[in-house]
Amino acid sequence: MAVDADTVRKIAFLSRLKVDDDKIKDTEDEFNKILDWVAQLNEVDTSSVEALESVNDTNLILREDNITAGNQRDEILANAPMSEYGYFVVPKVVE
Amino acid sequence: MSDLVKLTISEARKALKNKEISAVELTEAFLKQMESKRKLNAFVLETPEIALEQAKTSDKKYQNGTDGALEGIPLGIKDLFCTKGIRTTACSHILDGFVPPYESTVTQKLLDAGITVLGKLNMDEFAMGGSNETSYYGPVINPWKANNSDADFVAGGSSGGSAAAVAAHMCMAATGTDTGGSIRQPSAFCGVTGIKPTYGRCSRYGIIAFASSLDQAGPIAQNVEDCARLLTVMSGYDAKDSTSSQKDVPDFTQFLNQDIRGLKVGIPAEYRPDGLNAEIAACWDKGIEILKARGAEIIDISLPHTKYALAVYYILAPAEASSNLARYDGLRFGLRVPGEHLDNMYINTRSEGFGKEVKRRVMIGTYVLSAGYYDAYYLKAQKVRRLIRNDFLEAFKKCDVILTPTAPTDAFAIGDKSMAENPINMWLNDVFTVSVNLAGLPGMNIPAALSARGLPLGLQLIGRSFDEATIFKAASALEKDICFVRK
Amino acid sequence: MAEFIIETPKGKWEIICGLEIHCQIISKSKIYSGASTEFGADANEHVSFVDAGMPGMLPTLNKYCVHQAVKTGIGLKAKINKYSNFARKNYFYADLPQGYQITQYKYPIVGEGKVIIDLPDGSAREIGIERMHIEQDAGKSIHDIDPKKSFIDLNRAGVGLMEIVTKPDFRAPEEAGAFLKKLRSILRYLGTCDGNMDEGSMRCDVNVSVRPLGSNELRTRCEMKNVNSIKFVMQAIENEARRHVEVYESGGEIVQETRQFNPATGQTKAMRKKEFAHDYRYFPEPDLAPLVLTDEYINQVKSEIPELPDEKKERFVTKLGLTPYDAIVICENKENADFFEKAAAGHDAKKVANWFMGDFFAMLNEKKIELKDSPVSPENLGALVELVTQNVINGKTAKDVFEIMAETGDAPEKIVEEKGLRQVTDTGAIEAVIDQVLEANADNVAAYRGGKQTLFGWFVGQVMKASKGKANPAMVNELLKKKLG
Ligand SMILES: [Mg+2]
Ligand SMILES: [Zn+2]
Repeated sequence: MAVDADTVRKIAFLSRLKVDDDKIKDTEDEFNKILDWVAQLNEVDTSSVEALESVNDTNLILREDNITAGNQRDEILANAPMSEYGYFVVPKVVE
Repeated sequence: MSDLVKLTISEARKALKNKEISAVELTEAFLKQMESKRKLNAFVLETPEIALEQAKTSDKKYQNGTDGALEGIPLGIKDLFCTKGIRTTACSHILDGFVPPYESTVTQKLLDAGITVLGKLNMDEFAMGGSNETSYYGPVINPWKANNSDADFVAGGSSGGSAAAVAAHMCMAATGTDTGGSIRQPSAFCGVTGIKPTYGRCSRYGIIAFASSLDQAGPIAQNVEDCARLLTVMSGYDAKDSTSSQKDVPDFTQFLNQDIRGLKVGIPAEYRPDGLNAEIAACWDKGIEILKARGAEIIDISLPHTKYALAVYYILAPAEASSNLARYDGLRFGLRVPGEHLDNMYINTRSEGFGKEVKRRVMIGTYVLSAGYYDAYYLKAQKVRRLIRNDFLEAFKKCDVILTPTAPTDAFAIGDKSMAENPINMWLNDVFTVSVNLAGLPGMNIPAALSARGLPLGLQLIGRSFDEATIFKAASALEKDICFVRK
Repeated sequence: MAEFIIETPKGKWEIICGLEIHCQIISKSKIYSGASTEFGADANEHVSFVDAGMPGMLPTLNKYCVHQAVKTGIGLKAKINKYSNFARKNYFYADLPQGYQITQYKYPIVGEGKVIIDLPDGSAREIGIERMHIEQDAGKSIHDIDPKKSFIDLNRAGVGLMEIVTKPDFRAPEEAGAFLKKLRSILRYLGTCDGNMDEGSMRCDVNVSVRPLGSNELRTRCEMKNVNSIKFVMQAIENEARRHVEVYESGGEIVQETRQFNPATGQTKAMRKKEFAHDYRYFPEPDLAPLVLTDEYINQVKSEIPELPDEKKERFVTKLGLTPYDAIVICENKENADFFEKAAAGHDAKKVANWFMGDFFAMLNEKKIELKDSPVSPENLGALVELVTQNVINGKTAKDVFEIMAETGDAPEKIVEEKGLRQVTDTGAIEAVIDQVLEANADNVAAYRGGKQTLFGWFVGQVMKASKGKANPAMVNELLKKKLG
C-alpha cells in the first residue's frame, strides 16, 4: 500500500496542513518508510483477536443531569483571537 | 540549613514543620537556583510572584498547624498541565499566549496539598518526542555532562524539562506525563526517579491530550519516597474524567522500606535482544543481583509481542493525536494566522503553529484512520495491543513485578544526526517503555548507574494494573543498594 | 399502501426513500457537559469549557440522555443494545469546536425497530427502523451579518441528539409525511423530544432513489440534508424522484451526492463540491469507556413507558367504540387523548368524540387558544354530553349551553338550571302546547288533513318554538302525529 503524491495531498488537506509542492516527494518517501516499518504487524496472526478499546475494564460512570457549567462567556471568549458581540468571529465560511 | 535546594520532600517537610526554615526562604532558594541554571532551558515560564505568594500562605498554615501534605514544597509543572491564570502552551507555537481559565485536576490536588508553583516546564511539543528537541522553546539541556566533555546532551522527552529541573535542583519535584515513556525515559537520562502510574490512576482532566488511551500523569522526583508522597496526592477518581478509576488510593509511602524476601521479580527475555548495549545489560544485571541479594526470587518470563509494541504505538498514538489536535484551529484560542476563507485560516494557522514532528504524526494518524486503511493499520494495531496486554497478564501469573532497563542507551547529543535523519531512530528510544502504556500498567524509573562516559542509566520496574504498591516496595529496596549518586 | 408511481410516456418508476432524523433530546444539561440546553440565551452563554473544545477538556456522559434514548428505543419497538460505545467522527467546521463529533458508529445504543404509519385512506403500514444512536449537536454559524466574517455561537454545541435511521421503506412522499407525524407523536408521548421541526429540534435528512416499477435493483441515491418541515420533506422526495427519472430517461446517470432543498422553489440543487470528499475517520472515543446496560435497567425504563399512540388508538376503538379514524386523530397528540379520555369517562364515548372533534375544537380555533387553556373542562364536556344522553336537554339546547360554557367556564348542569333549559318530557304539558298550536292554526290543520303532508315539519317547529325549545323533539313528533291523525 504505497502512498503517492495525491494521497499526501489528500491527507494534508484532511489534516488542514500545507505541504508545499517541493516537499510532496519527501513526505511521500517518509510516509512510505514509516508504513513499511509498521507493516511488520502483518507477521502477527490476529484472526481470532478482538481489538482492545480500553485498557481498564471499568464501566462508564454517568453524570447526573444537572446544570454545572455555563454563564461564563467572558472566560470562554477570553483566549479568542477575534470575538464580537459575544460571538467567536472567523473569516467567511464558504460552503 | 546549607543547601536548601538539595532537600528531599521529607527533609523539607521536617524542617518546615520544625520552623527551621520558612516556605518563603525555601522558595527563594529555588528561585535563585532557577536563575543560575537558566541556560538549561528547563523552564518555559517562571512564576516567582505566584510562588512567593503561595509560600507566604504556606508559612501561615505551618503557623496555625493547618499545613497540607505538601505544604510549601516548591514544584515545577510540565507545560502540558493547564494551570488557571498561568500561561499553558504544551510548548507549541499554536497555543501562543493561551491562559486557561481552569486548573487541571492533578495540579489542583497538588495545590490543595499546599505546593508552591515555581513555573511551567519545557517539554516536547504536545509531548511528542523523546529528546525535548521538538519544543517550540528549544531543547532542554541535560545537567549531566560526559567525562571530560562540555558537549550538551538531551534531557530526554517528552518531560525533559521536568527531569532536568529536578536533576539540577531547580525544583524539588515536578509533574510529568507519560504516553510512551515520557516520564521514565527523561528520568533515566537525567538520573532522577519518576513513575507513570496505572492508566486511570490520575485524572487526565485539564492535561492537554496527546493520545487519550495512553496518557497518564505522574511525578518526577529525587527519590522513591518523594515519588510515593507525590503520587498519593495526585491520584484518585475524578468525575470529570470518565477514564479515571474509582479504586482506592493507598498511602504509597507505607510500602517503602519493606522486606522483599519472596518477591517474584520477572525478567523478560525479549528485553535482552542481540546487540543490547553492554552497559545497559550490565546495569540491568546489577539490579537483578541487588534484588536477589535482598531475597527476591528472580523468574524468567516472556513477553513475546514486545517487538511489535513500537509499531502498534506509532499507529495508535498518532491516530488519537490527529483527532485530539483538531481543536487547534485558530478559532477559539492560541495562534491565528489569517486566511481569506475559513479553510485557509485553518491551514495557515496549523501549518505555522505546529512543528515538524507534530505535523508528521498528525498526518500519519490521519492516514491510518482514513477510509480504506483503518482495518489494515488502526484495527490491526488495536488487536496486537490486546496481545501485548495479554503477554503481561500471563507474565504476572508468574511474577509480582518486572525489572527491565528503561532506555536502550544513555542520553545522546543534542542535534544527533541519525535521529534527525530518520524519525524511526528517535522512536526506537521508547522500545522498553511503550509496552507499559499500551497495556495500561504502572512503570517506574530508578536511576541505577553511570555509563562509561559518565551519564545516568536507569532501570524500569513494571507492576500489575493498580499495583503501584509492589513497584514502590521493589523500588525502595533497589534504591537502597544501588547507591546512585545524585547530581 | 400509498400508491405513488411516476408515469411517463417511456415508463413507470417507483420511489425508494429512507430518512435520517436528528431529534434533540429533552434534558436539562448537554450530553457531554454540564451546560444548560435552554433555548434562546445570549450567544455563548450556555457554553462550558468542554463544549468550547478547550485544551484538556473531557466529555462526561449525561445519565438522563441515555435514559431518554433507551425510552425512545422502546417506543420504536426496537432492540436496546446492552453494549454500545462512542466514536469520534472527525471533520473541521467552525461550529464543531473539538474538530470531531462524539457519536456512536459501530455499536449504537438502539438497533432495529419499527413504526406503524397511518395513511389517509385508513390503511396502515410498517416502516423499519435501522438503528438509533446518540451524539452531540453542533453550534451555530451565522453567515449573514457581515460579508467577510462568520459569527459562531456554541450554545447549541453539545446538546444531545438521537439520530434515527429508517430502512429505505418509503414508496411515496405521503408515507414519509405520515412517518414523521407518527414519530413526532411517539417522541412527544415519551417526552424525549419536543418534535418541533420549525425550531430545529427535529431535523430530517432525506435519501431518495428511483427504479423501474417492478424491478428489484437499487440505484444511486442522493441525500438532502436538514429539510425542516413535513411538507418540504414530501416535496423534496417527489421533486428529487422526478429529477432522477428525467435524468435516466434522457440517458444520463445520477451521481451520489448531497443536494440542498430550496423551500422557495421546491427544487433541489447540488452543493458546491469539495476538493476532496469527506473522510470522517471514525474511531472509538478513547475518552469514554463503552456503555453497558443491564436487563434490570432496561426493564426499569420499560416500566416507565406510557401508553403510546398505537396502543391508545387500539383501546379507544375496541374498548370505547370509537371509529378508527376518530381514534387516530384524537391519539396523535397525547394532550388531546388525555383530555378526551377524561371527558369520555362514564359517558357515551362516541358522542363525546363527536363533540370533542367538532364543536369543541371549532371553539378552540375560533378563540385561537390551546387545549390547556380551554375554558371548558373535560369533566364539563362529558357532563354536557350526558345531559343530552339522559334527555335532560336536547341537541339544539346543548349547542346553546356549550356556547355559554365556552364563555363562562360554568358547568352545564348549572347553566341548564339557571336558565331553565331542562327539556319538557311530560306528555300532558306537551299535549297542551300542541293543542294551543293546532287551535291557532286551524287553516293549516285543514290543509294538512286535506293532503298537504309536508306541513308536518312546520307544526313541529311551531310546537318547539312555543315550548321555547325545551320540548323533547321525539315526543313532539309522536304526539303531533296522533293529534293530526
Ligand atoms: Mg447521519
Ligand atoms: Zn448525526
